[in-house]
Amino acid sequence: MNNNSITSDVLVVGGGLVGAAIAWGLLDRGLTVTVLDEGDIALRASRGNFGLVWVQSKGDKMHEYARWTRRSADLWPDFAEHLAEETGISPNYEKPGGLHFILSEEEDRRVRAQHQRMHDVNGERGYGAEMLDRQQLDKLVPGLGPEVISGSYCKHDGHANPLLLLHALHKGLGLRGGRYIPDGRVETLERDGDGFRATTSHGSYLGGRIVLAAGHGNKVLGPMLGLDVPIHPEKGEILVTERVAPLLPMPTHVLRQTNEGTIMIGDSHENTGYSTDSVIPVMSGIAQYAIRCFPALRNLRVVRSWGAVRILSTDGFPVYQQSTDFSGAYTINCHSGVTLAAAHAGPLARMIAEGEFEPEITAFSPRRFDHA
Amino acid sequence: MPKRIDPDTETVTFTFEGQIIRARPGDTVASALAASGIRHLRDSAVSGEPRGIFCMMGACFDCLVEVNGQPNRQACMTPVSQDLAVSRQRGGVEVKI
Repeated sequence: MNNNSITSDVLVVGGGLVGAAIAWGLLDRGLTVTVLDEGDIALRASRGNFGLVWVQSKGDKMHEYARWTRRSADLWPDFAEHLAEETGISPNYEKPGGLHFILSEEEDRRVRAQHQRMHDVNGERGYGAEMLDRQQLDKLVPGLGPEVISGSYCKHDGHANPLLLLHALHKGLGLRGGRYIPDGRVETLERDGDGFRATTSHGSYLGGRIVLAAGHGNKVLGPMLGLDVPIHPEKGEILVTERVAPLLPMPTHVLRQTNEGTIMIGDSHENTGYSTDSVIPVMSGIAQYAIRCFPALRNLRVVRSWGAVRILSTDGFPVYQQSTDFSGAYTINCHSGVTLAAAHAGPLARMIAEGEFEPEITAFSPRRFDHA
Repeated sequence: MPKRIDPDTETVTFTFEGQIIRARPGDTVASALAASGIRHLRDSAVSGEPRGIFCMMGACFDCLVEVNGQPNRQACMTPVSQDLAVSRQRGGVEVKI
């Protein structure tokens, strides 16, 4: 098998949003890249994403993450345009700002306190979110339910179609000369000379460097290269309504209208292992909360639903790490594959290509859990 | 164009855009319209382009029509019945807020 191995500058394990964005970015820097993707039975968090490019509230207890998120949101307009120009596939990114509905005094106090804590997070460039009272909300989004008392609006928030984003990145990978291996579930990883060898059931692949972007698969793959990956699954379910004429002028944390007219409704957080089942009590809870926020939804039919499994670390922030035992091996783990796609394709791919994380990015090292 | 193997069994009538359509008991709205040579069932909510039947098994949501005033019904999943009033689905439904 050794003689048949394909050699690249970088092996990327995982062809979801994280792996595809990093690989697309690495290819732009003149490196040869092979992406090893698992089969269709993989958990595929990227296929279940809600599609928010979301800044507000992210990184409340870790301001490096708040800044990283904002950096990605700032890069998104150019990233989306570049991707569409290169591939002919637009991820349908829009940035009208986003809204978090507030239905209780307690929630109002919680969000106001969060705004205060995050006020200086980006220095002069501002946090970007502001509290709106009910009158201001009515001007922005007509049709809110009587229980909505206030809202948090952030002008940096937006949304995109995650499936088109993934499609565009994969097309871009091909156009930039990347090699994509489907059904390439990695079984073993090991050192090979100065680089790495990844073995699948079909063959083995060599790379000078290796990036593990396999979602929950990283938990199994990481330890093979001395990388402990402290992540766990959290299920989220999504409902999709029939297509309707434009109704919601901007995305919100629980519902968004796609540019095809469907309304996506979501935001459950379930501790049910790796299950991706849709279950009736959770779906009805999601629907009821959405109707309290926006009563006109009660007349719409739901045409699809699904569950998907988020990739969460213990504190909810990303885990990016460079192996100390195996120089040139990285794992990249996060639950915001859409929001962070622009940062992954741009600055993160550059850091990996250059072999050094920027100082702020080292905050995402799992060493932060050591003294917990 | 689709043609019935046995054309003498159309005993049910309903309307599509006011036009009388003959159907067999057991037809769906989609199959009866196809047998009548009607292919344009709705206009896309995105582009306004005409759309019609595609999967015929309830998966693709391309054959949406309005049935007795109810918008966005799947023609391929709606059995015909006497005097059903069917019309084209014109773009996205306007939702009253």
